[in-house]
Parts: sequence; structure tokens; C-alpha cells
Amino acid sequence: MLRDITLGQYYPIDSVMHRMDPRTKLFGTMVYIVSLFIADSLLVYVAAALFLVAAIRMSKVPVKFMVRGLKSIVVLLLISVSFNLFLTPGTPIFKIGFLQMTWEGVEFAGFMAVRLIFLVLGSTILTLTTTPNHLTDGLEKSLGFLGKVGVPVHEVSMMMSIALRFIPILIEETDKIMKAQMARGADFESGNLIQKAKAMVPLLVPLFISAFRRATDLAMAMEARCYRGGDGRTKMKPLRYETRDRVAYLVCFLYLTVMIGLKIIL
Amino acid sequence: MAIEIKKLNHIYGQDTIFQQYALKNVDLTVEDGEFIGLIGHTGSGKSTLTQHLNGLLKATDGDILYNGESIYREGFSMKTLRSKVGLVFQYPEHQLFEVDVFSDVCFGPKNLGLAQDEIEARAKEALELVGLDESFYKLSPFELSGGQKRRVAIAGVLAMKPEVLILDEPTAGLDPKGRDDILGLVAKLHEEQKMTIILVSHSMEDVAKYVSRLVVMNRGEKVFDGTPKEVFRHYKELEAMGLAAPQITYVVQALRARGIMISEDVTTVEEARDEILKLWRK
Repeated sequence: MLRDITLGQYYPIDSVMHRMDPRTKLFGTMVYIVSLFIADSLLVYVAAALFLVAAIRMSKVPVKFMVRGLKSIVVLLLISVSFNLFLTPGTPIFKIGFLQMTWEGVEFAGFMAVRLIFLVLGSTILTLTTTPNHLTDGLEKSLGFLGKVGVPVHEVSMMMSIALRFIPILIEETDKIMKAQMARGADFESGNLIQKAKAMVPLLVPLFISAFRRATDLAMAMEARCYRGGDGRTKMKPLRYETRDRVAYLVCFLYLTVMIGLKIIL
Repeated sequence: MAIEIKKLNHIYGQDTIFQQYALKNVDLTVEDGEFIGLIGHTGSGKSTLTQHLNGLLKATDGDILYNGESIYREGFSMKTLRSKVGLVFQYPEHQLFEVDVFSDVCFGPKNLGLAQDEIEARAKEALELVGLDESFYKLSPFELSGGQKRRVAIAGVLAMKPEVLILDEPTAGLDPKGRDDILGLVAKLHEEQKMTIILVSHSMEDVAKYVSRLVVMNRGEKVFDGTPKEVFRHYKELEAMGLAAPQITYVVQALRARGIMISEDVTTVEEARDEILKLWRK
């Protein structure tokens, strides 16, 4: 049942991309997103496509699995494409009532669609190759400078990793309580809205109780190990840049330069 | 026969890289009035198997017959099945949600759509079976001790008047007294209510004393099926699976290795005592 949901969709294999430092990957993703927004001609998109294909190849994640992530944006894609098709002024192709399709619209919609797809694929590589915990680690380190202006970076990232850590546990718990109540004849599916809402009570009460119990247990366990926030806290596995990260940074800068260069020349 | 399982397979996350066989070609027949111990290491598929028996999980492949009728047949009422095959989950006290003990036990029979007086009669009967008197009825479930909470939760399933009762690790996390109480209760249900019982456990000591038949699961497959005596003879194989025979089996084997030939069929401390005394008197 609920077990089939995969959250945080990390794809557990081993590749250069998986081993890369999360900060590098965050930086790469950012560079890629920026480059997509400055792109406005075919050649630039081809360059972006090449970069993307190379990254997918390096991640070793099956393309089939990546494309699955696109399903969620199909509706968004259709809406934005059709708006651009019909609402861009220019040379008309045909006209139905007040709707007219223009050549400029087709071009713009095409780029728009490609941009969106590239955007989603690019950021999926990050989440597919980085465990949620690694990701928050990377974010904490990269955003560390915000701590100087009083943002509690460590606390926020600790909250994030705890929340992420608890998602699968709570899903499992929900699944278990749901089954236990179903074994007592509870029915979560049929009935009108009010009946369905009422049917949630036997699920939600135990779930909340267990979430609170886990929270106090966790707080106790953290205090027992002398946790007192981020100051002076060291890590068992500190993030450290390797050669592959330096190479990746170099590639990213090169890519960005090429993209900006292409934009200026064309 | 109450339940017949035929070539049951269950795969979690089919067609993904997370794919995992939870059950592999399991065949099992449960007769009416049997007291079966279902044993296996964590992840051996025993919990998965029990959840198939009342239709909470659907098999990837294979069939389950309840009183000769396939539960996967179109139009088969899962609701009726769930009232006939009661399943008590691990840590069942985590499912309590009502304001007081009595209303929580009423939840099951209420879902069966019974009349109010029948619901209350059943709840009273169930609470009596688990040994909780009227002074408990109006208490919040959260005021009770661990063992009491568990008994309330078991009463919640008993109030549905199941013919088959499956208990998943009913003694987990209880102190020795709580454990003996619960196991005694289960044995009583079997004897007095003539219920068919399937007791899931990984503790051989718990099970050896009560059950008449043992089924051992390992990596989703049924490996042994027989009386405790028969199964414990394979104590070396059991060890390889991360299980262990009752401690007394080891004592008996050690004695035999030293030439004191007491019977191999001893499974409880009491039997061992009698056997040793018998040899002593000779």
C-alpha cells in the first residue's frame, strides 16, 4: 500500500556523480538553471542538452527512471505551451475566433517546453544521486555564511534532516496503524466526505501519539549524547573536496563561460 | 480445514530496483482448532504471511482458501473475512485511539454494523476474556500499564468474535509476568473458546510450551512444518537461520554427548526433569 511511495527518490547505485560532494552538485545544478534562463537560441540549447546528457550518463541512473519524474509536470507543461502558442503576438498561422497561432508562438512555446523539461531533468539528477541527509549537509555548509548575519543555519538544517529522516518512519507507521484498524473492520475508502473524515480519527489519533512519542524519545536521546546545537560541533564524515569536485567546478565554469559567450556572439 | 494457502508469492516493489521477494511459494494448511506457532527471523516473511490471511495484503501470485472458498474470488467480502480471521498486530496498543477502554473495544463490532446492545455485550465479553473488569471500562487507554493496554487491544479484536486468531509477537516488549499472562490468555482462548490460533514469534521458549505445531519461515520460504519435537531436532539448521531451539534442547544434546541418553524429544524444562528423574531411578 503506502510502502510503494518513494520519497526523496534517491537512486542507490555507485557512480562518480553519486560520490561527488553535495556542494559541488548544488553548485552545478544552480549553474545549469542559470544557464537555461539566459539561453535564447538553438545553439545554446544544444549546448545545454549536451551538458545534460553528459551529466545523466555520469550518474548511471537509467533514463527510464529519470523520465518518470517528468510525469508530474505534464499538466504544467501543457498549460504553459498552449498559452504561449496562442497568446504570443506575431505572424499568424491560422485563426479560430479570438485564438490565433503565430510562428513566434510556436518558437517560443517550443523553447519554453524544452527549458522546463531540462530544468526538471537537471534538478532530478541532484535528488537522484544525493541522499537527503547528504543534501542537507551540503546546504548547511554552503549556506554557512548566513550564520554570520544571525540565521540559525545549523538548527534549520538539523530540523530538515530530522524531518526527512522521519518521513519513511511515519509512512510505515501510518501503513501499520491503517492495517491494524482495517483488521478491526475500519473502512477508509467508501462513504461521503464527512464519513471519510470521521474514518480518519482512528488513524490520526494513534499516529499523532506515536509521532510525539518518537519526538520526545529522540530529544532525550540527543540530550543524552550532549547535543547542544551547532557551535563547535564536529562531523564524523566532514565534507571534503576531492579531485573530481575540482574538475566538476572547472567544467561548470567552462560551461557557463561557453553559454554566456554564445549568448553574446549570437 | 479453516485456511489453505497455495503457492503464495509476494513481491514488494515489483519491477523497481527495490524489488524484494517477501514470500516464495508458500504452501500451508491450517486446520480448525489448531494452535500453530509461526517462527522466523526478522524479515523472514512471517508478518507478511499473516497479513495475507485476512486480505490486508494481496498476493502477487497464488491463492488462499478460507473454508474452501478463494478469498480472491470476485465479490468475496473482505469485511466478513476480517471479522472471521482476527489479526492482532505487533504492539497492538499503538492502535488505541478512543477516550476510554470500553469504546475502543466497541470499535470492531461497531464496524460490523451490529446493534448497540450486541456491540456492548460483545465488548463486555471480550474484556472479561482478557481479564479486565468493569473498573477499567471508563479509564483512558493511556492511563494503563503496557500489559493492560495490550490486553485492551487484544480484546478489541476478540470483540469481533473471530474463528481464527493471529497474534504477531504478542509478547514483544513485555516483562516476564506480562508475557506469561498474555500467553496464558492465548492458551485459554484456544482451550475454552476453541479458537484456531496462529502465534507469530521468534522466541522458541515462548512457543514450545503451548503450540501443537510449528511452522518455520526463512527468507520468505517455509522450511520446517511439524510438531515442536520434530522441528527442534533440526536445531543446528535453526541456528544457521539465526534462530535457536529452546535452551533445554542444548542441555539435552550436551547430556547425550556425555553418554547420558535421555530422550531427544524433550522440549520443555518439565519434560526434561521427568526424563532425568526416570533415568536416575533406573
